[in-house]
Amino acid sequence: MKKRTMETSLADHSPKLIRSIERRLFLRQGLSLGALVLLSGCDITDDESVQTVLQGMSRWNDRAQGWLFSQSKLAPEFPESAITKPFPFNAFYSEDEVTLVDGKDYKLELEGMIREKKPWTLPELYALPQTSQITRHICVEGWSAIGKWSGVRFSDFLARVGADTSAKYIGFKCADDYYTSIDMATALHPQTLLTFRFADQILPPKYGFPMKLRIPTKLGFKNPKHIMSMYVTNEYPGGYWEDQGYNWFSGS
Amino acid sequence: MEAGQQNRMDWVKIHPLVVRITHWINAFAILIMVTSGWRIYNASPFFPFRIPSDLTLGGWLAGALQWHFAALWLLVVNGIVYVSYGIVSGHFRRKLLPITPRAIFRDVREALRGKLAHEDLSVYNAAQRAAYLAIIACGIVLVLSGLAIWKPVQLQEITAIFGGYEGARIVHFLAMALLVFIVLTHIVMVILVPRTLPTMFTGRTRRAS
Repeated sequence: MKKRTMETSLADHSPKLIRSIERRLFLRQGLSLGALVLLSGCDITDDESVQTVLQGMSRWNDRAQGWLFSQSKLAPEFPESAITKPFPFNAFYSEDEVTLVDGKDYKLELEGMIREKKPWTLPELYALPQTSQITRHICVEGWSAIGKWSGVRFSDFLARVGADTSAKYIGFKCADDYYTSIDMATALHPQTLLTFRFADQILPPKYGFPMKLRIPTKLGFKNPKHIMSMYVTNEYPGGYWEDQGYNWFSGS
Repeated sequence: MEAGQQNRMDWVKIHPLVVRITHWINAFAILIMVTSGWRIYNASPFFPFRIPSDLTLGGWLAGALQWHFAALWLLVVNGIVYVSYGIVSGHFRRKLLPITPRAIFRDVREALRGKLAHEDLSVYNAAQRAAYLAIIACGIVLVLSGLAIWKPVQLQEITAIFGGYEGARIVHFLAMALLVFIVLTHIVMVILVPRTLPTMFTGRTRRAS
């Protein structure tokens, strides 16, 4: 009955007024819906079922990137004049907290599906055939910088130590407690280098002394520094950032 | 009774079902893409400003990236359905063409003066046609520049179109800005002519007479 009264009273007003009231209501509802969606964005992401979907899509994106990846597709290389100076430092800690590794005692440990697990000293690694590249380092944050790295072609090193290249993953453990892992196809890419030099100098601590795996076909956080050991495995090893939600493949 | 029959005959169909469904999926996908994209931009802004965090989606960079790269599939698959339908069915040709710069200029000017006629919702005026064509163009540029940023090695031919990785980032941002401007204008126009809103659900409107 009450409703009917309201209809009747509304009918008494000019259509123009009703339309302007409707318009205002619509505007207010539209705004509150938008605000709800946006303000609760953080909570939406943390919701368990939403996380399941987003993680599932991230795994799907790993597979899509695996299919898209071609070993013959080379990252563009640049002239010396294009090198970014100074090259930015980036890690999960600040520059004055950089881990210092003692080169004299250093030995690279090999584990998992590798035939010859003898640890490698730095002089032994430096004696291997070296190659250089000037490529663009792209950070997951969006910025990019061009640098020059030199070292051993990773596929040559894996062949030398008898790594089982039919395995799925190679994992890395680093002196700064960082860890990450990559797919075998990327490990065998001709531009994936186990590097010991940056800008023709022995890697300074902030860029990853004694060695950094340089992968110009992946985002920066997939390029581990201060590598202490590596292992070949078929079990998904994850990674420091990957375990927190960053996409695992993260290919360029 | 007679009046009721009369009314039923007055209904005219203006939005095909495919267009209505893809429109709302697209609206949802774009809301996610834009708000998560703002969060990603904030991780390393190249203009002297950041987007207020409250307007962004994802909570932090990893969350925003998850949303962005999940909704991207929704946007792309839905966009392919919409554009293919628009071309094959003749929907684009019928509704968005012909269009001339002179007509766009005239209708935009009239719209700004608040004088643009909206009697017949089945026919788009030139300002609408320009806006809807520009939205489609923005979508294509956003997807291509997005691919250029995502895959500057594997899809380096696309990245080269935008003058390299850094160029593609700028283009991606500017295309987003244009898209957001058009969408906001679109929403303001719907608020000013509210009877257009139900037609995007029902597909029908009363014949103007």
